[in-house]
Amino acid sequence: MIEVKNLCKSFDGRQVLDNVNVTFEKGKTNLVIGGSGSGKTVMVKCLVGLYPIDSGQIIYDGRDVSTMDDQEHRALRQEMGMVFQAGALFDSQTVEENVAFPLRMFSNAGPSEIADRVDFCLNRVNLPNAHNFFPSQLSGGMKKRVAIARAIALNPRYLFCDEPNSGLDPKTSIVIDNLIREITQEFEITTVINTHDMNSVLEIGDKILYLFKGQKWWEGTSEDLLKTDNPEVSNFVYASELFKRIRQSS
Amino acid sequence: MEKLFAGVGAYFLFVKRTFRKPQKWSLFPKQFFHEVNSLGLGSLPIITIISIFMGAVITIQTAYNIESPFIPLYAVGVAARDSIILEFSPTIISLILAGKVGSSIASEIGTMRVTEQIDALEVMGVNTETFLVLPKITAALFINPFLILISIFQGIIGGYVFGVLSGVVTTTEFVYGVQYAFHPFYVTYALIKTVFFAFVVTSVPAYFGYYTSGGALEVGSSSTKAVVSSSICILIINYILTQLLLS
Repeated sequence: MIEVKNLCKSFDGRQVLDNVNVTFEKGKTNLVIGGSGSGKTVMVKCLVGLYPIDSGQIIYDGRDVSTMDDQEHRALRQEMGMVFQAGALFDSQTVEENVAFPLRMFSNAGPSEIADRVDFCLNRVNLPNAHNFFPSQLSGGMKKRVAIARAIALNPRYLFCDEPNSGLDPKTSIVIDNLIREITQEFEITTVINTHDMNSVLEIGDKILYLFKGQKWWEGTSEDLLKTDNPEVSNFVYASELFKRIRQSS
Repeated sequence: MEKLFAGVGAYFLFVKRTFRKPQKWSLFPKQFFHEVNSLGLGSLPIITIISIFMGAVITIQTAYNIESPFIPLYAVGVAARDSIILEFSPTIISLILAGKVGSSIASEIGTMRVTEQIDALEVMGVNTETFLVLPKITAALFINPFLILISIFQGIIGGYVFGVLSGVVTTTEFVYGVQYAFHPFYVTYALIKTVFFAFVVTSVPAYFGYYTSGGALEVGSSSTKAVVSSSICILIINYILTQLLLS
């Protein structure tokens, strides 16, 4: 579980996150949604420690990040996995080396154990024969799957995904969404997904946080989202013709 | 001016973070030898070509400028040797490495930054400065003195071969000149300079690459800034070390 209390973050005097309070639950896919510039990516980057926060608290299962020293913070990060928007795979390494990297860096596992774990992770994301490919040889969907395999290599307790469906076709998006949901439930991970893809929201959103102008504007489940009368949220959800028609037909 | 001082301060803090203990020593040798191969041995062909031809030009130009019958022709060998050891090999080759190796390091690390690969390492808990930059700096500190010794040797051989082939000096005169009044300290001086320059040509581009933000345009801009800044640093350090060691 991740608790966020009164989180504030600004850049050059511009308030990007303003007093955000939210709890991300364990074993659930927690989605952060909102329009471009609403602060979604900044929020996820604050959670993983890539951006220092101005004020507030981020508490990982009772451990307050603000009271941690550098070493404790790095130890906590080894419990995290993150899937970046473009995958962020190491392009000088093969798929196998990418997935093995966190294991080689942070575990004392021997070569055979690492190979077994890499096989397991690549099988789990349905890429059993991709070991020797380089990232430049992979499609967008395959890159995302390798990124997920790398993120789960160390059995993380927390998984963060920054727009995992961006640039993917609808079918591949569903595959990635389902994979993230299955992994979240299977390994009891606290997953935070930052997205503006409404299909993902409805497919896998256990808990949804809507950010608007850096503030928590709305919070609920995917069922609540479709019924909400909050005008900002409603405008966001029913922005596309498809969703407008679905609303009219229901 | 304020920006310059802030940049210099940020560079030294970056260097300080780079020299932290690697998190996994067992991964370090592989990275180190990879960088020795990539930054050092990969530069050998260009160093060889430049050294041989610069040695040849220095010899021929010196010979044509010595027209007085009171100056013996073996002075061509002396001048070529001292020019190559004192200045050409350590300084000019390091400036060339600042271009070749510097732009490579800045664009490699800069691309990793803009494609979020460095963020991915950070999220995993990796000390990114140490992990990415320390192997490059230590590899250059190790291999560059060898490269400069090879360059000195190639420069003198180039001077000898082209000097003799063009008829401006004989074998006997050139070989005598190369051995005449040789100060071994000159080689030590060249190697001391090389170590400082090796540090600059790796750490300065790494700093510019690490703090790249934006996209492909900014990676190119960082690469250019890295080469210009490291070249200026080399020239300033060259002056300071020459003043300290030879005056």
